[in-house]
Amino acid sequence: MRQGIKAGVVGAAGLALVLSGCASQRGGEDPTDGGTSAAEQTFTFAASSDPASLDPAFASDGETFRVARQMFEGLVGTVPGTADPAPLLAEEWEVSDDGLEYTFSLREGVTFHDDTPFNAEAVCFNFERWNNFEGIAQSESLSYYWGKVNGGFASSENAAMDGTGKYSSCEAPDELTAVITLSSPLPELVSALSLPAFSMQSPTALQEYGADDVTGSAEAPVLPTYATEHPTGTGPFVFTSWSPGEQVVLSANPDYWGEQGQITEVVFPIISDPTARRQALEAGEIDGYDLVGPADVEALAADGFQIVDRDAFNVLYLGMNQAIPELADIRVRQAIAHAVDKEALVAATLPEGTEVATNFVPPSVLGYNDEVTTYDYDPDLARDLLAQAGVSDLTINFTYPTDVSRPYMPTPEQVFERVAADLEEVGITVESTPLPWSPDYLDRIQGGADHGLHLLGWTGDYNDTYNFVGVFFGGPSSEWGFDNPELFDALSSARVAPTVEEQTALYEDVNAQIMEFLPGVPIAHPVPSLAFRPEVRDYPASPVQDEVYNVVSIEE
Amino acid sequence: MTRLIVRRLALLVPTLFGLSILLFLWVRALPGGPAVALLGERATPESIAELNRVYGFDRPLPEQYLTYVSRMISGDFGVSIRTRRPVIEEFASRFPATLELTIFALVFAVVIGLALGYVAARHHGKVVDHASVVVSLLGVTVPVFFLAFMLKYVFAVQLGWFYTTGRQSQGLDATHYTGLYVLDGVITGEWDAAWDAFMHLVLPAIALGTIPLAIITRMTRASVIEVQGADYVRTARAKGLRSTRLRNRVVLRNAMLPVVTTIGLQVGLLLSGAVLTETVFAFPGIGSFLYESITASDYPVLQGFILVIAVIYALVNLAVDVSYGVIDPRMRAR
Repeated sequence: MRQGIKAGVVGAAGLALVLSGCASQRGGEDPTDGGTSAAEQTFTFAASSDPASLDPAFASDGETFRVARQMFEGLVGTVPGTADPAPLLAEEWEVSDDGLEYTFSLREGVTFHDDTPFNAEAVCFNFERWNNFEGIAQSESLSYYWGKVNGGFASSENAAMDGTGKYSSCEAPDELTAVITLSSPLPELVSALSLPAFSMQSPTALQEYGADDVTGSAEAPVLPTYATEHPTGTGPFVFTSWSPGEQVVLSANPDYWGEQGQITEVVFPIISDPTARRQALEAGEIDGYDLVGPADVEALAADGFQIVDRDAFNVLYLGMNQAIPELADIRVRQAIAHAVDKEALVAATLPEGTEVATNFVPPSVLGYNDEVTTYDYDPDLARDLLAQAGVSDLTINFTYPTDVSRPYMPTPEQVFERVAADLEEVGITVESTPLPWSPDYLDRIQGGADHGLHLLGWTGDYNDTYNFVGVFFGGPSSEWGFDNPELFDALSSARVAPTVEEQTALYEDVNAQIMEFLPGVPIAHPVPSLAFRPEVRDYPASPVQDEVYNVVSIEE
Repeated sequence: MTRLIVRRLALLVPTLFGLSILLFLWVRALPGGPAVALLGERATPESIAELNRVYGFDRPLPEQYLTYVSRMISGDFGVSIRTRRPVIEEFASRFPATLELTIFALVFAVVIGLALGYVAARHHGKVVDHASVVVSLLGVTVPVFFLAFMLKYVFAVQLGWFYTTGRQSQGLDATHYTGLYVLDGVITGEWDAAWDAFMHLVLPAIALGTIPLAIITRMTRASVIEVQGADYVRTARAKGLRSTRLRNRVVLRNAMLPVVTTIGLQVGLLLSGAVLTETVFAFPGIGSFLYESITASDYPVLQGFILVIAVIYALVNLAVDVSYGVIDPRMRAR
């Protein structure tokens, strides 16, 4: 007993010390002095555009998610540095044998920024909210991920979305247990729940600020104030202000359940021009930015800036549209695959650390198969295959995008030049069609049959194979111009396999099947780079951009 | 004078009507649509169709135009597709930034341009004159974005005197009334804030003001040279008018007329130049917003912003015409 009291006294004294330490530190901050002391704890990361919304359930873009990840947390997070799901607001979960019932055990002692307790009822409130979005709130520009992952809403004007969702119900048997019941298996659910779109939001705040009241007419939806001024989550940072076009400011959550860390303020200045971002870093106005151009990486590193790479969670590929009769011949597709010198292309045009691809999924994704058919660089074999197909003097259209830089394709023009040179080498005449990325290029590739070869790619949303190959080859499309029911079926049955293990095996088969069928040539998994000033420590680079700044520190 | 103003204002109505038709047709003639820009590279045809339905882009053109015009007349410019905020709100929140930048750029261009042009004309044919010609040539030939990057590289990145982006520094909790940050700082007595905002404005204002500076320099120089050689000036001089008085009253007043026209025309140039300058300096005004809206095919913003800018431009031109009357009484009679 005495021991206990003693420990209590010592503990209280220690706590008091820590608190007074914090207090004096805070007290030392003079907001009017232009902030040398404030600057020590402010982390400034350049964003390339405004968030689309501060309510992550109404967004699907990276800039929104970047901000949302600081303020919100979902049931599931990711293992740091990977795309694999990890406990976050749910400490653990169990999936029933039939794959229909998910029991989440929730973390204790968590409150939302408005002091609403986080509990099983809050979980159910959020699931019910997503499932009961109505009207305009169901459109893809708002609730894209719920529509995609769940496959429908409780009710919808759109027949394809009307009651077609997999989510059935949510129950809260006790404060810290939430049970989600599905109407059919969805093994990707746990991975998907790591998306900011499925963050837990405060039921009180959602109701108070009318989060679902997307007003205006169908032509002109206006987001409610919840999504512009009152985002309320459980994360380490709370919303301070958003000046559209200028910056978003967050401040440390004093009641955060986890490690708060050194950063007391996070600022996202909005700088859309890539060169302007680089100069802002060089001038010391920002601490870091991402999507650093490959050309800037070396120069910045030489000047002493830190370059941090995210693990590649993407794929760049050369698409071959089989609506073009010659490309419908597997031998021609094989010839093209053998003609492209991927190693040389990667070395010459993509950032250092980029891996050459053999699958249409990056290696860290479940279902990646390292035993798929590969097509090594072999120009002689390519010429033979073309001769066998009887098209030794093949002329082919090659469409590629201009004025765009995607994480999987920082310099499309350069990639095009390498591939075109390789093809010319084996006797294929390339007719180039450069087009501006949006909307011309995407329209041409995805909307019409009028293209032969093209460059495109994808960055994954979460660790799920369907999110790559399903997006590409889930059904007939103008991009690829083929009908392969066997492949489509294999993909849809893999998607609904009841367990992740069964699913993984099925996806490995699918990946082998794809590389046998060869609808395109996976080229590379380029590494996206971030740049920071030298004093920034422990930036938690994540392949799926699950980067929360409470672990960042700044050394002065 | 009043009649002139009323007549000119009345002319604005048909002009705007014509412009609204042109704008409406123009944005709809752009290839593709906003859907892809909004939905990303994996948008399905169904979702694109859905988005077009939601925003009304699938209706017949005349119907779309009528909706658009009737909304506009009631002051409703629609909602930005990209930011989902009302266009008019977006404009209002960004306009002060552009206004402030434009004022600084114009002051820079007018003060330096007039001085340089005048001095060059007074020393016609000498070194100063040649230098002014070189400056004005460089000013119109160096692309704005190049100049902007060079200014930033030298004075912000290397020397650290100014800022590369934004309107004010972090951690500066300034109070804002007008949205013109320098003025706000002066009004509230927050001198730190005013100075900070000014330091943010210097480089973008120079980048934006350089072309107008070059044009004003040339115009002032040519105009002053011409007036200096005019008969009435010679007569005045011969009659013994003292030289300072002569310069101020006779030469300057007469030389100003074409210069004022030039300055008026520069306002339009400044508004279009702001698109590039603001983008390069991440300056949160209407210019950078227009740029982002163009890349995203954000129709409502393009239509609304360009129309409002056109009105401003027309009003500025009216102001220029009125100022003729002030400078040259003969104009009032016409």
